[in-house]
Amino acid sequence: MFCPCARSVAGSLGRTTLNQPDTNAPAGKPYRRNLRLSLLKAAPTALTAIAAGKEKGSGKKYLMKKGYFGPYGGRFVPETLMPALMELEAAWAASSRDKAFRQEFKDLARDFIGRPTPLYFARRLSERFGGAKKIKIYLKREDLTHTGAHKINNALGQALLAKKMGKRRLIAETGAGQHGVATATGAALLGLECVIYMGSEDVRRQALNVFRMKLLGAEVREVSAGSRTLKDAINEALRDWTTNVRDTHYVLGTVFGPHPFPSMVRDFQSVIGKEARAQILKAEGRLPGHLVACVGGGSNAMGLFSAFLKDKNVLMTGVEAGGKGIESGEHAARFAGGQVGVFQGAKSFLLQDEVGNVLGTHSVSAGLDYASVGPEHAYLKDAGRVRYTYATDDEALEAFGLLSRLEGIIPALESSHAIAEAKKMAPSMPEGSIMIINLSGRGDKDVQEVSRLMGKKE
Amino acid sequence: MRRGRLEERFSLLGKEGRKAFIPYIMCGDPSLEKTGHLVKLLEECGADAIELGVPFSDPLADGPVIQAAGQRALDAGVNLRVSMEFVKKIRMQTDLPLILMTYYNPVFRYGEDAFASGAPAAGVDGVIIPDLPVEEGGPIARSAGRHGLDVVFLAAPTSGDERLKKVARASRGFIYFVSMTGITGAKLDMSEELKASVSKLKLASKKPVMVGFGISTPEEAATVSAMADGVVIGSAIVKAAREMADAELREYLLALRAAIK
Repeated sequence: MFCPCARSVAGSLGRTTLNQPDTNAPAGKPYRRNLRLSLLKAAPTALTAIAAGKEKGSGKKYLMKKGYFGPYGGRFVPETLMPALMELEAAWAASSRDKAFRQEFKDLARDFIGRPTPLYFARRLSERFGGAKKIKIYLKREDLTHTGAHKINNALGQALLAKKMGKRRLIAETGAGQHGVATATGAALLGLECVIYMGSEDVRRQALNVFRMKLLGAEVREVSAGSRTLKDAINEALRDWTTNVRDTHYVLGTVFGPHPFPSMVRDFQSVIGKEARAQILKAEGRLPGHLVACVGGGSNAMGLFSAFLKDKNVLMTGVEAGGKGIESGEHAARFAGGQVGVFQGAKSFLLQDEVGNVLGTHSVSAGLDYASVGPEHAYLKDAGRVRYTYATDDEALEAFGLLSRLEGIIPALESSHAIAEAKKMAPSMPEGSIMIINLSGRGDKDVQEVSRLMGKKE
Repeated sequence: MRRGRLEERFSLLGKEGRKAFIPYIMCGDPSLEKTGHLVKLLEECGADAIELGVPFSDPLADGPVIQAAGQRALDAGVNLRVSMEFVKKIRMQTDLPLILMTYYNPVFRYGEDAFASGAPAAGVDGVIIPDLPVEEGGPIARSAGRHGLDVVFLAAPTSGDERLKKVARASRGFIYFVSMTGITGAKLDMSEELKASVSKLKLASKKPVMVGFGISTPEEAATVSAMADGVVIGSAIVKAAREMADAELREYLLALRAAIK
């Protein structure tokens, strides 16, 4: 099932892999034994390497070139930043070995973020999408975290790390504003100065979050260069970091950018998957057959997926932003429409023209509106471990309304892409399958924009 | 292999005890005709080499002046391939060393090997890739080495002693020392640190050390060139070339030239 050949066209493998039965080991110790066995038997390429590389903070255990996931990743930044990245890598390694740091983070996760977040059985949604086949859909409720999205897991972790490193100032980019709010929150909590870069297009469509950041004491700097969205905010944040690197930490918000960000952010987000795994075993006594998460940079997806990578019967789907459709050219589906390139510090799939300039992207959700994707995702795609597909703006908007009405949960537009894919997948899943959707954030920030869009249509 | 134009130029400068003046202009800002004209003007005003910027959609090491210049060049349809063709044409009129400054993705997309052979064939002498640190630059440096293209690596004020040595070893043609932590065109910070780092680079290798970023006035050029083997001046010249008439521009360039010694 790790044959990558069937996966060259997004969505083409849906039928074949979805028919895998849910044959997972039961909870408890026997499972662990099976896990080791399955690891030994697994394809020698991807998963064993990933498993080894995933050891928290221990760069030595990587079987691959450091900072790389197969051919993807790396550290493509100006020399000025290289020492800072090395310092960060060392500090992260030390902190993740440091019991006191881990405890401090754990306490904050519980008391401040509100972890663990529930794993919620969405009865009416399950019925609607897969009632005939008794499909059970669970939602991992990252929308219930403090500040309203998974972003806080990473932002708070990095803020804590920055404080330990003696930095007095945090900067961050933000698309939907959730990462900006989370970073501003971490800065307020720890008494650090905070500057958030945000594209002016995003400032417009996520006005509520801009105000939240200001309330939290952060300065929001509007970026009106280029496409005025996330990528331009990252350019500007990198320029700031290059200038103020000595006293500033750049809280990158996703599993992208130069090493160690993709690994470090994944590790901070891995709590999502660890909790979900334990919760589903407790609730159902078996692992899920399917995981679904939206993928912008890809941190909520990596957070959920990372805990299940070794469970080869758990199928995973990452959902990119299909915007107005791939043919329209107005989308952010990097795997469907991009080629390998190097952008903002990392080698990965990239939406670019034939001479290597980065293309503008479009998505109704600011958080998925980005030209490249986390390098580990590119690797998991090649390895055939995760299937990547996309949902269009319209599909996401429909899912947004559907979840609101069926479950009383208003999801973020980003997460709505995952819901939309679940709707497509459910009918072809085996009877009684369990699916976990990562509900990465809540939709409060989106209601104004959705109301504007609905007004347009009427 | 015959000695490259850069090496020849630096060895001449060394013999004469002079310092290098390397101006930066954006290729195609706002047109290739203008760039061709500027190359001639810069040569007449005593440039020792010219750094030709290749426009890129996301120039993360550049300040507002070069960002805007890059946008104008992109609008004029310029890219890496067009820049190489431009060098090929201008090569018939000048023997000055020409160095491309390009971000990494256009080179990656073009193909590292194709670029490493194609650029020198077009008359390009060196390449500076600001988002390619030595750790990631091995493959293109080897490939370029085989074809006589100098890959110039950058060192920064934040680079520790070990990294300074690493950059000094890897760099070809010269070593580019970034004067400050910041982006192109920011305000120059003339510190003791700058002097110390340049001396360390000089100790680590015999290669010439050029200092760039933030130098705009003849006074600054004089101070910095006294510590190094020469200076690179970018944003200030890009701005001047856009705003000044030829006579005034010539005067400014000659003043810079005279200050660099």
